[in-house]
Parts: sequence; structure tokens; C-alpha cells
Amino acid sequence: MTRIHVSTTVNGDATEFLCEPDETLLDVLRERLGLTGTKEGCGTGDCGACSVTIDGRLVCSCLVLAAEVAGCEVATIEGMADGDRLHPLQQKFLDHAALQCGICTPGFLVAAKALLDRNPDPTETEVRYWLAGNLCRCTGYDKIVRAVMDAAKEMRRA
Amino acid sequence: MRYEAPRSLKSAVALMAGARGSAHILAGGTDLLVRMRSGYAEPDLIVDIKHIDGMKSVVAEKGGWRIGAAVSGAEIGEHKGLCRAWPGVVEAANLIGSTQIQGRATMTGNLCNASPAADSVPALVAAGATVRIAGPKGRRDVAVEKVPTGPGKTSLKKGEIIASVFLPKRPARSGDAYLRFTPRSEMDIAVVGVGVSLSVNTKGVCTAARVALGAVAPTVLLVEPAARALVGTTLDETALEALAAACSKACRPIDDKRGTVEYRIRVAGVLARRAALIAYERAGGRK
Amino acid sequence: MALDKGFDQPRKFKVVGTRPLRPDGIDKVTGRARFGADMNAPGMLVGRILRSPHAHARIRGIDTSKAEKVPGVKAVVTRKDFPKPRPDLADIMDNVMAGRKALYDGHAVAAVAATSVHAARKALKAIKVDYEVLPHVTDVDEAMKKGAPLLHRGRSDETVPAGFSGNVMHRFEYGHGDVEKGFKQADLVIERHLKTAAAHQGYIEPHACLASVGPDGNAELWVCTQGHYMVRNTCAGLLGIDASRLRVTASEIGGGFGGKTTVFIEPVALMLSRKANKPVKIVMSREEVFRATGPTSSTSMTCKIGMKKDGTITAGLAELRYQGGAYPGSPVQYGAMACFAPYDLKNVKSIGYDVVTNRPKQAAYRAPGAPMGAYAVESVIDELCRKLGLDPLGVRLKNAAREGTRSSYGPTFNQIGLPATLEAAMRHPHWKAKLGKNQGRGVACGFWFNFGGDTCVSMNVTPDGTVTLTEGNPDIGGSRASMTMMAAEELGIPYDQVRTVIADTSSLGQNDVTDGSRVTFAVGLATIKAAREAIKICCERAAKVWGIDPDAVVWEDGHAKPAGPNAGKFPPMSLKEIAAIATNTGGPIAGHHEVNAEGAGVSFATHMVDVEVDPETGAVKVLRYTVFQDAGKAVHPSYVEGQFQGGAVQGIGWALNEEYIYGADGRLQNPGFLDYRIPVCSDLPMIDTVILEIPNPGHPYGVRGVGETSIVPPLAAIANAVSAAAGVRLTELPMSPPKVLKAIGAARA
Repeated sequence: MTRIHVSTTVNGDATEFLCEPDETLLDVLRERLGLTGTKEGCGTGDCGACSVTIDGRLVCSCLVLAAEVAGCEVATIEGMADGDRLHPLQQKFLDHAALQCGICTPGFLVAAKALLDRNPDPTETEVRYWLAGNLCRCTGYDKIVRAVMDAAKEMRRA
Repeated sequence: MRYEAPRSLKSAVALMAGARGSAHILAGGTDLLVRMRSGYAEPDLIVDIKHIDGMKSVVAEKGGWRIGAAVSGAEIGEHKGLCRAWPGVVEAANLIGSTQIQGRATMTGNLCNASPAADSVPALVAAGATVRIAGPKGRRDVAVEKVPTGPGKTSLKKGEIIASVFLPKRPARSGDAYLRFTPRSEMDIAVVGVGVSLSVNTKGVCTAARVALGAVAPTVLLVEPAARALVGTTLDETALEALAAACSKACRPIDDKRGTVEYRIRVAGVLARRAALIAYERAGGRK
Repeated sequence: MALDKGFDQPRKFKVVGTRPLRPDGIDKVTGRARFGADMNAPGMLVGRILRSPHAHARIRGIDTSKAEKVPGVKAVVTRKDFPKPRPDLADIMDNVMAGRKALYDGHAVAAVAATSVHAARKALKAIKVDYEVLPHVTDVDEAMKKGAPLLHRGRSDETVPAGFSGNVMHRFEYGHGDVEKGFKQADLVIERHLKTAAAHQGYIEPHACLASVGPDGNAELWVCTQGHYMVRNTCAGLLGIDASRLRVTASEIGGGFGGKTTVFIEPVALMLSRKANKPVKIVMSREEVFRATGPTSSTSMTCKIGMKKDGTITAGLAELRYQGGAYPGSPVQYGAMACFAPYDLKNVKSIGYDVVTNRPKQAAYRAPGAPMGAYAVESVIDELCRKLGLDPLGVRLKNAAREGTRSSYGPTFNQIGLPATLEAAMRHPHWKAKLGKNQGRGVACGFWFNFGGDTCVSMNVTPDGTVTLTEGNPDIGGSRASMTMMAAEELGIPYDQVRTVIADTSSLGQNDVTDGSRVTFAVGLATIKAAREAIKICCERAAKVWGIDPDAVVWEDGHAKPAGPNAGKFPPMSLKEIAAIATNTGGPIAGHHEVNAEGAGVSFATHMVDVEVDPETGAVKVLRYTVFQDAGKAVHPSYVEGQFQGGAVQGIGWALNEEYIYGADGRLQNPGFLDYRIPVCSDLPMIDTVILEIPNPGHPYGVRGVGETSIVPPLAAIANAVSAAAGVRLTELPMSPPKVLKAIGAARA
């Protein structure tokens, strides 16, 4: 297999990498770019742990070929905080104890941010359906939903 | 494996037509990458069609809408014109997978994956949608129901690519709806899916209808007796009973991990009634 | 300084009971935390495992010669590479890598290490396994019948009566009194047969490890596990090396729920690394997790209970049959012990059969064995209440186990919280809320033992007076926060002046696995005692400075103070001040505690749930859910609530949709999150919680474990609610829509 040279933007930084044609974006982020905050829970798009955005659109990075992101803007959990200032969602996840083991947390945060970027005032039902592709096995989702609603409220005030 | 991202439909067709070994089209990739991961698909060539003009656009055409093959579910859901004209089709497209899957998955991919349980397909069939196929011998337009020929199989010939889906002009006083049954509220595969599209006259009498069922046979079923049960009625209880019975009768399902024969037959009728009533209300019928 | 009195008399806490941010929180919301698959090593190889496609097959031979020649392949391992295991590790060895037979779909048969994923995949394909396919059995009732395909020979023990197949490994029996006599005293006796499907823990992080074995015999292992000391001990045993040679570091862990309390890939990675002389990383795919780790048992149960018209339970009898997969050790014993534990019964008997089948060896799953038995007992009690027109909470309270009750499994309870949870449930607005059409409400109680076990912690006071706490149990849901809180509470210093670190296996003595809801109890206990040791030293140092007797120094609010006016008049010395002069007063200050912790304190819960059933599709929607549970003392209430909520939702999944589905060929049909349906966010309402605090006499602060009990009542609570809403009793889990619709149809026919 001939490797493909890809130029892209990851969390605002111009990035280049070589990848196999069948390599997923998830594998490139984790194995080639050292961005292990994006997790693999299933590899089949059923758990949302690998959520990232590409040009602002929420996707499972396990279902994207790395070669596809040439010229795109990829955003991962590592780019969510502004320096040492946490994003309100990150802060609210901590405040509400919305994580137990934490493996699903990056995916939830990236997905929740994509929601609030579009809809700053979601109902509980909207939050629940938007996040239905992110599996959490620890929390029963209660505190996650509360954290997202609370972050939305705070961001609306700001 | 080779990855190609051609800029024109012509070169995509040429790549597919000339490919040795297994060649796959990549648009959303939400089925293809899963199959690659499990080893069910081992492509020698992947042709990414997203960089071809028109593949990512929704354009008005003859009062209807032409939807490029690479338009994602999320983009369909965000398109006001589509939502107004064909809410049932949009709902069906938006039921495919999670928000993340919606960011990538396409109706054309849903159709070409040829799963009997594909959500968008019964809705498209009920809507009377067609697809435009580009191939080595030129273009052809085909009714959606003619594309899948069995689980995982389509009528597409070597080198042929579906370039777009066309939803016709929505007739006056008409509405469509799609309902599916899944054990979970999201992230699930239809155990039964029902698409209904119908028109009514000013008195609320149904003048035309199309009813399509998913996940109850090897391919999507266009159930004409079910449509006949509605035409000429105001969707009264007798008509709905007849609709449900016609749908249940048309089912040729299997027992599998997702549902039983008995269950699918029963629920096909139940969902058909519910979907018909939603479509009827959208068409401006009373109820 | 009288420090060791077990439970301290009620005290006013400063840190315990508050809700500080967890110390590992920032790492976990920014993606910095390193989980099992996040570690790499220079020169690392990719390890992959070949698995049996057959449910039961004799392995006549394995030809790895072609695989070894694949470019990039550095090692191939089969069972032959491992030494003959010690008898106590024989089943674990065989499960890690099949020997004579493959016993289930997914059973590991060989492994490779290669320089790339592609090479590893190619090598797996090149391995030729010569299988002789044998008849298989996956259903527990079928497996018990004479003439069933046998997995092992000569493993049934003397407790198993004649008439059963050789797949029945052991029979357990618990109880007291005379159940037959008790049934005669009853006004109504109901007997039901019930079944539950195998459920998987469903942790989102697949098993992952990175192994590095040097030619000098020293080995390193980085792994996501609930117990790295267990991993060390087991792997050292399987590889035939000294435990001290193997250093295991626990990564952050992405969920376990009991499923990461044994080894699967770790010994394989170590063996590959030893053979290749390079680091080897193995990460399971989700499909491997479902096919080849340890789901819980599927069960078949018979439960018979007699009740008087006034609600008195006169007798209870349960026969539990649990298949635990391919090797002995299903949790049926716990099921049999726990199923009647919430009640004070004169006549009670529970029998358990441990059965093997051609399925993956079960692993612990949150209160292992208890939810199924509780499902049987609590379903029959509910039906009795309905038929006799009795209040299901009132009946449970009337029969509830209390302090002094002789439990159904033997011991007599001390201070316990079941009545408190029932009373709280009766008072709660949920109990009085109106129900609509097709809606039903269910309640159920649950019990879990809670464990203690081997625990070793080390607390060190740094020269600047801040404190590091070193413990040996992976933080699976916020335990660093609770340990830090208990350390800060005891020392009388702020929460942010203690840092808790999870040590590798070379840094502390033996620590049991993070299981049995033991960590907050046992590690907390050891932390408090280690703090007390450090305090004792601090007091001695202050005494030295002041030139008074150490017994005349007390520790209050983080300061050493003279005990009274007779001790002398000295200004209090803070921990900071004492630490600053430690070099001159005797050297570093530290506290340790090593203990096999006893007195864990049993735990009870009552759950209440409302559901709506769609009578046309059989779909069940959970509308409202409230958990009432005794926490002893909630150290960090947010994480206690989280345990309640998480357990309840796992129970909801188990009750409604989750199941291992095997085909006629014995292969697992749903090894993925699409068709193994754990609840998603949009399936659920908020999960309300009520924390009761009935102190555990065995812990200085009264703490009881809270992690597991919350999964015990939901199966029955939901079954009772669905039965009420549907108007027909359901006796098989999961209550998936086809089953519910069929039951409704049958009841109406």
C-alpha cells in the first residue's frame, strides 16, 4: 500500500501526516498525531467515544478515512479548552460529577459542544436525542444531561 | 488498497468501471467502514465522490428536489425546502443512526447498502422518488424500489454510480410520513418500517396513496393493496383496519436477532395505521 | 490517644459529605487522562489474537509456520508456549489460550505480534487450526440434562445429586426452618419459573494492555484493570516468573463493573513480548469484548413463596440455575445467599446449581449473581401482594430484615438500612403520583454483601506539610476524591493539600481488586488509619519540641495541641510547622496501614419505577425512577448518587433489552453495541436518588460500599411495573417488545 500525504488543520494547527489509504481518522489522531483524548469504544460508530468535528460537523472519527480530511478543519477534545481556561461544558461536567470512569467524557463533550454551537437553548429531550449516539455505562446519563443544560444556561448568560 | 477522490462523475465512473478486484464508492462511509473493520469488505479501490460537483448539493428541479448522492442526513434535516415538501422522507433519513452518523450518512448510501431495514428507503418509495444513475453507457433514471434486489444486492451494474435522488414535486394537499419500530429510542435498526404518502381532496377523501414497508421482506415492499385500502376513504376505522391487514398480509419476514416473524407482521399493520394518520393530517385531512 | 474504636460516635464532618471537584477531573475532561490503549512504547509491536469460530471443537493441531513467515511478524504464540499452570490457575490459563479444546465462540487459540496491523491480520489468516467440531450447548436447562454435550469430564463434585449431566459443577444450599411447614401456614402460595438472559457489563473501554519483557526476566505491564495486583499475581503464575519481577501499572480505567477483575489478553501480551523481545500492545475490538470476555450468567430459576392474608411471608424457596460459561464458578452461590436476604423469614431455603456451557466464562458483573435471584423473589412477592390486595411496600416493611435478624444465608445482621429505605419510599411523592393509561408502577428491594479484603496504603507528609496518599486500587468512578476527602478529614487539612496517587505493584503491598464495593470502605478505612498513624507521629514530634509527654498532645483541626492546661501552655503547631522541622525531630513523617479489612457492612436498597407499555407494539418506556439506598455515610454524595443512577440504568438495560443471543450454531449473533442494546440517553428519564445514612459499625465514619446494590432491585422493579401496566405477569428477561406483545396477546386471548 502506498501511503497518502494529507494536509489538514487539527484544533487550529496546520498538520500534515502520512497515512495508509484504509486508515481511519481515529487511528491517525491517536497513533500518528498523539491525540489520544479521542477514544475508541467500538470502531463501528455505535458508541460515540471517538466523536470529533470536521468543518464543524459532528462525526465518529472511526468511520472517517484519514485521507478524507485533506483540507478540512478537525476539532478534538484536546482543542476544547482555551489554554488553561476550561470550556463551560468541561467545567460543568466537573461541577455536576458528570463522569465516573471518564472514557466516554471526551466524546460527550465534543458532541455537546456541537449541540450548543447550533442550539444554545436545547430542551432536555433535545439534549437526550442529540447525545443518543454517545454511550455512557457509568452514570445513567442523569448528571451528563444536567451538566449540558447547566452549561447551556451559563453560556447564554455570558 | 487505493483511495481516489475524483473531481468529475466521468472519472469516477471510469475508475469504477476499470477497477480490478473489489471497488467501493465512499460518500458517508458509515456502512463501508464498518464492513471494512469487520473484514466483510476488503476493497482494492475506494472512490470518494464527495469532491464531485453536485454530489453535496440539494437543488430545486421541476418543482421537486434533486439531492446529491453525498448529501448527509444532517444536511437533509437542515434543508427547509425538503422538510416542507417531504417531511416523512426527511424524518426517515434523520432516523439513520446517531447525530454523528447523521453528519456523514447519505440516503443514497442507505439505498445502495441494500439492507432490507434501511430507514430512508420505504419513505423514498412511498414518495415516488427516483435515482439518477451514471454509468459507462450514460445516464438512466430508475425508481428507488428497482435498486435493491435482495439483502446487500442492487441492480447497479459494474461501473454504475448513483449520482442523485430525485423527489418529485409534492402534489397539492398531500403529506408523507415514516415510522419505524426499534427497541431503543435511537441507535437501532428498524424491526419494521413503514412509509406512507397520500393526497386528499378538499373533502378530506384520500385520492392517491403509496405505502411501502421495510424490514419485512428481502427488499422494500411497495404494497398496492394497502394503498387501495386508503384511496376513496377519509381514513376511517374500516379503512385503517383494511390498511393494517393489507400491510400485515404483504409481509414476508424472517425471525432474527431483531424480531420475530409474528411480531413483524403484527407491528407492520400497527405502524401503517399510525403513519397513515400522520400523513393524512399533514395532507390537510381532518383527524 | 484512643483511636481505634471501630465506628466513631456521630461527629461533625468538615470535608466528608461535601462535593469537591474530583482531583483527576481536569485530565478527564481535557483528554489528557491515559487509559489502557493510550500508552505506547518505543519499538512496540501490535498483538492480535486468533479466536475459535466454533462453540465447541477439539483442537487437533495448529500450524503457525506460514504465519511466522509473514513479513513483520516477530512472534506467534499458542498454548504450547505457556508452562503447565498451577492447579488453581488451570481454568484461567485455558480461558486465556485454549488447550485441548475450544469451548466457546471467541475462545483464543493463537496470537501474533507484528510490526503493523496489516501484518498481524495477515498472519492471523495464515494460521491453520485443525478443528474437530463437537456438539455444543449454550442453554442452562439443556446443559443440565443427562445426555447434554459435555465440556469437561470429572469436574462435577460430590454436592451434585444423581440425575444431572456432568455440566453441573456444584450444588449450593442455604436457609433455615422448614419450608414445607411454612407453605402449609400460608393463605396463598405462588410458584413461578423465571429466566434471565446473559448481560454484559458493557464498559465503554475495551481491554487493552502494553507488555514489555526483557531478556533479564524483568517485566512491565501497563493495563486497564480493576486490580493490577491480581493481574501481577495471575500473570506471574501463568508465565512462571516471580511476582516481584513483574511490575504492573494500572492505567485509568474506562469502566469495569466486575468485567475487568480477571485476565484475558495480559498473559498473551507478556508471552508475545517475551518471545519477540519487544514491547507488545494488545487492544481488544468491541467484537472481541463481547465474544471473549466475561458476561454474566444466564439463568433459569424456580421460586415459590407463601404468604398470609396479612402479608406475613411464611416460607420462601428458590432454586437457581446459573450457567457461568465454559468453566466452573458462576455466581449462583451469591445469588442463592442474597435472594432472600432482605427478609426476616422463619422458613427459607435457596438452592443454587453452577452449570457450564459453551459460552465465554462469566466474570463478575456488579453484585454478581444477586440481581437474578432478587428478580425471582421480588417478582413472586409482588404477585402475592397483588393477588392478596396488599401494599407491596407495606408487605416488604412488615417482613423486612432488621438489626438482629438471622439472615437467610446465616449471619445475624447488625445495624442495617432496609427498613429506612422502605419508609423513605413510602413517604416519597413518587409513591403517591398518579399513573395514566397503560402505565404501571413497580417496586423491589435488593441486597448486597459488600467486601473488604487486603488493603495497603501509604501516606507521606512532604516537607512543606502537604500530603501524598498512595493507594493500590484503580479509580473507577471517583475514588481518588473520596480517599483524598477522608485523608483531609482525618488530618484536619484542606482537601486540596492531599494528593492521592494509584501506585504500581512495586510500590505497595497486596491490594485486592476494585470489586465488592470495597474501595471506599476498605481503602478509606486504611487511609483513615494511616492518617492516624501519621498524626500520632506528628503529636510525638510536637511533644518533643515542647518537651512534654506525647500522651499529653492531641490533634485537632490539623494542629497538635496540648491536651489540657496541665500539659503546659504552647501555641498549637500546624501540620506545616511540624513537617518543616521534621528533619530535626526524627526524620520524615509517614503513616501506613495494612489490613485484611473486615466489617464491610451489608447494603440494601429499594427501587421504584413507573413505566408505560404500548399495548400495540410491546414497547416499554421508563417514565420515572427513584432509588432509595443506604450509604452508611456518603463521603462524596454526588458520586454516591452516580453509583445509584448507574446501577439502576444498567438494571433497566438488563430488564428490557440487553441479551446475549446465540444462533443454533452456537455463535454469538450480536457482538456489538448496535444489537447488544445498552440504554441510550434518549431512552431514559432522570434517575432520582434518596441517600439514607445508617452508619456501618465497621467503619470509623460509618461508610458502607454503595457501588453494587443499585443493580440488584431494578430487574424485578421493572418487571413488576411492566406486569402492572400490561396486565400480565412477565417471567422472562429481557422484556423485549416481541415478548411483551406476545404476553399481552396471550393474556387477552
